[in-house]
Amino acid sequence: MTADGSLERLKREGRIVVVGASLAGLRAAETMREKGFTGSLTMIGDEPYEPYDRPPLSKQVLLGRAGPEGTALPRRRDIGAEWRLGVPATGLDMAARRVRLGDGNEVEYDRLLIATGVRARPWPQADEAALDGVFVLRTRDDAAALEQKLAAGPRRVLVIGAGFTGSEIASACRERGLPVTVAERGAAPLVGALGGVIGEVAAEMHREHGVDLRTGIMVTGLEGDATGRVRAAHLSDGTTLEADVVVVSLGAMRNTEWLAGSGLGAGPRGIACDAGCRAFDIRGIVTDDIYVAGDVARSPHALFGYQFLSLEHWGNAVAQAETAAHNMLSESTDRRPHLWVPAFWSSQFGVNIKSVGVPSMGTEIMITQGSRGERRFTGVYGYQGRVIGAVTFDQSRWLQFYERLIEETAPFPPPFTTVDRRPEGNRPMPADFPDPSVPTHGPTITLSGYSPADRRMTFTPAHH
Amino acid sequence: MTQDILRQILDYSNRADPYPLYKELRRTPVYHDGSGPFVVSTYYEIQALLHDPRISSDARNLASAADDPLAEPGEEEETVLPPSFLKLDPPEHDRLRRMTNRPFGPPHSPHRVHDMRGDLHDIVKGLIDKIAENGNAERIDLVEEFSYPFPVTVICRLLGVPPEDEARFHVWADTLAASLDPDPDADPKERERRTHDSRMELGMYLSGLIEERRKNPTGDMLSELVTGNSPDGTMTTMEVLSTAALLLIAGHETTVNLITNGMLTLLRHPEVLDRLRSEPELSVNLVEELLRYEPPVQLVPQRSTLADIEVAGVSIPKGASLWLVLAAGNRDPLRFEDPDRFDPDREDIQHLGLGSGIHSCFGAPLARQEAQLALSELARRLENPRLLADPPPYRQNAVLRGPRHLPIAVDGIRP
Repeated sequence: MTADGSLERLKREGRIVVVGASLAGLRAAETMREKGFTGSLTMIGDEPYEPYDRPPLSKQVLLGRAGPEGTALPRRRDIGAEWRLGVPATGLDMAARRVRLGDGNEVEYDRLLIATGVRARPWPQADEAALDGVFVLRTRDDAAALEQKLAAGPRRVLVIGAGFTGSEIASACRERGLPVTVAERGAAPLVGALGGVIGEVAAEMHREHGVDLRTGIMVTGLEGDATGRVRAAHLSDGTTLEADVVVVSLGAMRNTEWLAGSGLGAGPRGIACDAGCRAFDIRGIVTDDIYVAGDVARSPHALFGYQFLSLEHWGNAVAQAETAAHNMLSESTDRRPHLWVPAFWSSQFGVNIKSVGVPSMGTEIMITQGSRGERRFTGVYGYQGRVIGAVTFDQSRWLQFYERLIEETAPFPPPFTTVDRRPEGNRPMPADFPDPSVPTHGPTITLSGYSPADRRMTFTPAHH
Repeated sequence: MTQDILRQILDYSNRADPYPLYKELRRTPVYHDGSGPFVVSTYYEIQALLHDPRISSDARNLASAADDPLAEPGEEEETVLPPSFLKLDPPEHDRLRRMTNRPFGPPHSPHRVHDMRGDLHDIVKGLIDKIAENGNAERIDLVEEFSYPFPVTVICRLLGVPPEDEARFHVWADTLAASLDPDPDADPKERERRTHDSRMELGMYLSGLIEERRKNPTGDMLSELVTGNSPDGTMTTMEVLSTAALLLIAGHETTVNLITNGMLTLLRHPEVLDRLRSEPELSVNLVEELLRYEPPVQLVPQRSTLADIEVAGVSIPKGASLWLVLAAGNRDPLRFEDPDRFDPDREDIQHLGLGSGIHSCFGAPLARQEAQLALSELARRLENPRLLADPPPYRQNAVLRGPRHLPIAVDGIRP
């Protein structure tokens, strides 16, 4: 207990506001109640729905196996909150401790948690993006509208971008028997997250399942018919592709615009915070009443040279929310750092893909178990002689072991024998990540900072 | 620590309560007395090793078989059958397990276990009715009359053994089970001969059945195993035989003990038994707690190292024999709060009772369902059950640990 009892007072009758009513916001709110917070809790969300789960949207929902309304997140406990749903937060007054809402109201807080997440990067040409039949996939409404269109049996679907979401959409289309073309700017699907060696396997998967995969290509424009429906896409190789559904899957943008001018250290890369989830202001000074969690947070990680990492990972959102909630209600000596090892999964073309660590930092890869030819393998990524990441295709039961190697900064290549080590797996090879100056789809991990990766912060002004 | 703690654990006189010995064992997370196996007894270390690709389940990777004091003649290897996937490493393990799983569980057969629920209920009901008819409420041996016959009958249904052959099947299963339970008084030669004969007879019977199912598939697991075309191909007859034998022995031996240990624990905690009577849905969490508190498989002895590895500061050389004492890990106070307390409401219950990693119990969904159903039905129907011997007589086996008999008395049996 603090000498002046302020923490006890906060827990008893304080006002906590959570901006962002999705996975991180909900789990944080539940954790706060679990820790005995009895004050007022306000949950602000720009969508009209209570928190729902996103991973099924690009899988079961697109297959028509689950309704988009069926993905509500299970509740761990009643959080007794005042919900402000369907209203975006539009501004923050740090000095007065107020959040401004889109409906003109203001909400006062003693502690604020920002978990506004990311949104889909839209198609850059607004008039083309507005064509009927052009979609992004991020929200429940996106999924519902796209599913309806797929169920109507379009003649061809075009997916722009072959990252994880784009690949999952293509997979769902093929499972529904729909003709689908995937246009990817990079050399292969998943190449930004997992590199060219694994991208090659992903490309084979696409093609074997009948996807018309076109790599090294850009969509230069979309064309509608007289009624405003999309009918074709123009590609950078000069060809035109007829498609009546286009899904734009170019990664995500962080929802930080509403913080412009607030004085908080927020920008296109997210909101900078310390390892305890406390937000930085623009002077680089840590705040003590504003916390950040989930996709929008960008925090330093001890395992990766204290670089600031922002992760669009389900598990990270949960773990970071719990840590932020704990710290919001704790004395400084009781606070915990958020030291989650990045982990990610995807399911496409019947294959379960999982990764841990930061594969995209890896310069080399070694197949330590299984075989790429069989689509069941474990690949380990190396960076400057240490293990930095791992990926499994249908072999996730081994992943825990490799996670520990990452935590222990074990040497790369792993020097030991394992079960199921094939002749092809005995040598590390270049992981073949694309030149970072050539954009592919949006990465799932943004790294910035100094050595060991030596990627430096560049200021990118927001385009409004 | 006493030098011979392993011997004490194997010693029959400690079978009824090995937990104090496990506690002592945990003080040295990786125990090695110079010649025998490296014995791992703490939760996190076991958990990590079960996911460690440098650990092999294939006995051919042991530097010396003599390292294994549990090695007994008369086990699977001695027969002409190829090793089952339990004793193989990837990729062979994965291929066989996948092919076996196709007719058993998701994604290809998500309904198999669920759809057996009615059958399981009938079998349980039939066995309890039979106890009621026999009418000796003064002394019921729950092992002989219930927890033994139940899983064998289930395996018969699952594999597709015709009901008229079930009796013969039970006899073979009993003999083979007894072979894992060395009775110090029995003549080892005689026992070996009987085991060998049973195995031969069972093998021949199964081959006959397999041939028949190949011609006239009937939708049971054997039919699916012999006719199933998967991306991995089709199993050879020998592979089907060793898989069927594995399902029979592993599926049966463990469930007997899960149910018997469960009833014993409930009889020692009558307040929980009472609750279960009116709250059958408690059985779900209760069975998980049982798998932690009194796991039927106490330790996994058949593991070896493919490389020199370090565990909890101890270097284990390549080719060493490794024992993972699941039952000790399940009561590790670093992992579980108040681990020696049986708490059917325990929430954080990620036990090691069914293993973990690629060899995690194949039959887990079925075993869980069998135990949940058996315990809640016994609780509901037995009137005022009480133990006639505590501890009851245990089987010899230290690995598959459980009572040989569980004599109880009841006031009556409810309809």
